[in-house]
Amino acid sequence: MTNHWIDVKNADVILIMGSNAAENHPISFRWITEAQKNGSTLISVDPRFTRSSSKADIYAPLRSGTDIAFLGGMIKYILENKLYFKEYVVNYTNASFIVNDAFGFSDGLFTGYDEKKRSYDKSKWAFETDEKGIPKKDPSLKHPRCVFTLLKKHYDRYTLKRVSDVTGTTESQLLEVYKAYSATGKPDKAATIMYAMGWTQHTVGVQYIRAMCMIQLLLGNMGIAGGGVNAMRGESNVQGSTDHALLFHILPGYLPTPAASIPSLAVYNEKNTPKSGDPRSANWWQNRPKYITSFLKSVFGDKATAENDFGYNWLPKIDDGKPYSWLDLFDAMYDGKIKGLFAWGMNPACSGANANKTRKAMAKLDWMVNVNLFDNETGSFWRGPGMDPANIKTEVFMLPACVSVEKEGSITNSGRWMQWRYEGPKPLGNSRPDGDIIMELGLKLKELYAKGGVFPDAIANLKWDYLTNHKYDPHKVAKEINGYWLKDKTIGEVTYKAGSLVPSFALLQADGSTSSGNWLYTASYTDKGNMAARRGQEDAPNKIGLYPGFAWCWPVNRRIIYNRASCNPKGQPYNEKRWVVKWDAEGKKWVGDVPDGPWPPMQNPDGSQREDGRYAFIMVKEGHAQIYGPGLNDGPFPEHYEPLECPIEKNLFGKQRINPAAPVYSADVDAFATCDARFPFVATTFRLSEHWQTGLMTRPQPWLLELQPQMFVEISEELAKLKGFKNGERVKVSSARGSVECTTIVTKRFKPFKISGTVVHEVGVPWHFGWRWPESGKEESANLLTPSTGDPNTRIPESKAFMVNVAKI
Amino acid sequence: MSKAFFIDTTLCTACRGCQVACKQWHNLPAEKTTNKGTFQNPADLSFDTYKLVRMREEIIGGKLRWLFFPEQCRHCLEPPCRDTAGEPTAIYTDKETGAVLYTANTKGLDVKEITEACPYNIPRASDDGTLAKCDMCIDRVQNGLLPACVKTCPSGAMNFGDREAMLEMAKKRLKEVQAKFPKASLLDPDNVSVIYLTAFDPKIYHEFSVASRHSPGITRQVALKKMASPIARFIRALG
Repeated sequence: MTNHWIDVKNADVILIMGSNAAENHPISFRWITEAQKNGSTLISVDPRFTRSSSKADIYAPLRSGTDIAFLGGMIKYILENKLYFKEYVVNYTNASFIVNDAFGFSDGLFTGYDEKKRSYDKSKWAFETDEKGIPKKDPSLKHPRCVFTLLKKHYDRYTLKRVSDVTGTTESQLLEVYKAYSATGKPDKAATIMYAMGWTQHTVGVQYIRAMCMIQLLLGNMGIAGGGVNAMRGESNVQGSTDHALLFHILPGYLPTPAASIPSLAVYNEKNTPKSGDPRSANWWQNRPKYITSFLKSVFGDKATAENDFGYNWLPKIDDGKPYSWLDLFDAMYDGKIKGLFAWGMNPACSGANANKTRKAMAKLDWMVNVNLFDNETGSFWRGPGMDPANIKTEVFMLPACVSVEKEGSITNSGRWMQWRYEGPKPLGNSRPDGDIIMELGLKLKELYAKGGVFPDAIANLKWDYLTNHKYDPHKVAKEINGYWLKDKTIGEVTYKAGSLVPSFALLQADGSTSSGNWLYTASYTDKGNMAARRGQEDAPNKIGLYPGFAWCWPVNRRIIYNRASCNPKGQPYNEKRWVVKWDAEGKKWVGDVPDGPWPPMQNPDGSQREDGRYAFIMVKEGHAQIYGPGLNDGPFPEHYEPLECPIEKNLFGKQRINPAAPVYSADVDAFATCDARFPFVATTFRLSEHWQTGLMTRPQPWLLELQPQMFVEISEELAKLKGFKNGERVKVSSARGSVECTTIVTKRFKPFKISGTVVHEVGVPWHFGWRWPESGKEESANLLTPSTGDPNTRIPESKAFMVNVAKI
Repeated sequence: MSKAFFIDTTLCTACRGCQVACKQWHNLPAEKTTNKGTFQNPADLSFDTYKLVRMREEIIGGKLRWLFFPEQCRHCLEPPCRDTAGEPTAIYTDKETGAVLYTANTKGLDVKEITEACPYNIPRASDDGTLAKCDMCIDRVQNGLLPACVKTCPSGAMNFGDREAMLEMAKKRLKEVQAKFPKASLLDPDNVSVIYLTAFDPKIYHEFSVASRHSPGITRQVALKKMASPIARFIRALG
């Protein structure tokens, strides 16, 4: 979240799209409810009418996989009706930037496409720059190649009729949503978007979110109270695990993973540190060398020296351009190229797309270590449906982990709040905290590598000293993440003593005198104590629900990021009633939330430019938020493409049916079926409030199983009539990859869509089930149906839009 | 001071945290259920289920509404079940809170008579004829805690406190809600300790959302029972 949970109460309009807050983030409804009591409008856009929709003032259905069409139509509506916040757009976004004439778009393709590689040459999308490398601008927004003009041109094709033909949303429903939402393009109005996996799990997932960012920027809704782009994470610590580099392409703190072609730290820094010739751009990532060096010092301790590049070459490298995502790993495993698997706190046999492929891939492993609370469909895959244990050689080890309440440590919630939690009851039986298991594993590896092995330095040189009394110490790890001064250092008039904790990431150094396991978390655990453990109940002076003394939030306890954009260039808030920060000219400082950097605003009170001011969007090289995003793999503007499996032959927006950069896999189990009479219905997956993830913690729980006992499929009354289904009868739902038995829920909450004049039916299945529980073994995972393809930027699988059949058993 | 619930169904998201919290606090067993083509489960209240979120899909004024009704005993101010039983060791009202409480002694009562006396169709019997229903989490309330269902509710639909405060909250909220839903109403607020607010005609939510046959006095059956009970007790004492 750019903002945070409580801040939802400040919104005038709340859009729940690509998510289902009432069912999947129930507590968020406390703040939605508060906003509604204050007169705000709640909009729910979802293929099916959900428990969130039941509380909405406006509900609009759309066919799964068509959100870019829906949002593209909104962009056109905002532009045509001049509802954008012009001062904000000119000052804070790249709308005025002039794009190189190499950029172009026709027939669904941007310039620079290589069909064989299924990828783009992004250099074709660059800005036109001056001699200092600064993008040329036209603040009148009239230049034929400025972003604003290109934006208008790109979305000119997103007419109400065409959008309606693609999404199945009626024109009047579209207009109702567009009108309500874009009414917040005024300085004193705010709208927020709450999204989740309904947006990410598509071949165009990142571009869904981009489209919404663009809308928020056009309306001036970024950086303000009640605004922002807010990802509701699917698990209490997803934000924390992302910050600490769960994903293959990053190290902790969003530092790029070194590639094999980058031989030294100097080259790494050269390639990964953006340079701006514009003195008024803070270009915060220019500090990257400080963060990577401090990270290396944290990992390798005294062994990391300037002479050995701080151990840079002991870090694992990825082959240039090669993805190592979930889809790719299981593809390689299916191919027999991966021999061992740690399934840690996960249940791949149920959680990943194309679960049949995943399960078959696991049968090719030599060994698997399953670290979890209970045995699950993954640890027991060899005795699952369709498996012959006699023919499976995989050796499975089960390491029982204790549950979250039995251990101490932190989680970071969707709102970026790091919250410390204490140990409640002691771990049950032989179960242990994950930290304990990891520590011991590391120590054992160090012991084994001391005796030799391939490239032992990477393991042997790990600092790995987080034990107290022979046990994992979460405080030591939290301090390591924050970082230490490793030498006495005097900066200005302050001397920092070696061994003390670094108070802020602004002080981290590139010379090896500081350590930090994750620069974003520097300031979370200082000599003043464990900031995450704070439970202060006082709000900040602006009284917008920031509660700065409760827990701690990255970066540097800033509760609403990009908050400089909540003010005009003179540093005064656009909305006095819900101000976030403001410049105190006498005190020469910002007050309110922690500002995005200490620099003064862009202008003096008399409107003259200040040379010491900085642009609002400090993490972007040019300092301006990106309405035009030339960094993504599939284009600088979001374009509607159909899901890999879709019900229509032709994309009504262009010749390209699917995202031209989406990954496609070609193992025998990667079957697809588009416009195939065998699989005529659109399907989507969803979650329920009654179960959690793959259900490992909830399906064995009788009280929860009582509420949602069986796998089911939601079907419209119209489709039920067409196929002769009764409510509550067992049917088979199948795709090109697998099938699942389901109980029908025939409901008014699903309605057939009219797509280009044709009736298209959609059905929905929850994904919480698996054969281990309930005991019947008949309630299986929805991921047996979903395809192995995903987003070209994140490679998140496309589990939210695919094609199925539903038949009587 | 007597206590009351205020249940604002316009805020209920049917997360059913209340339903689970009730089972957890009372340590009630889960029922073996199947999916019957609806999210609502179990299908009905039972000896082991005191709290049930009822769900209905209705088209009202051309718009689809998914209506949620978190049902429980209303703890009537003059409970017909208590008066029908006429047996304070089986059914009685806790003076301090107004909670209507059932004991193990309900086993000796006439199940049909008691259940039929209830205008909200709440009490349920076990196989041996013992009756059970919501007890207002009396053990929690007496120790200064909120009832489990209220404590767990994330959206503010479930509220609990002194009767006067709850009534005031309900009336204030009714006005707010009526701006959006003109037919909104409070259900039997003068007769019960569990005051519901619904946005539409309460009968659409659930057949027994409002009293099926409420009378300000007592029914003939209850009157007879009341007259008879001292004699019955006298006879039992003789025996």
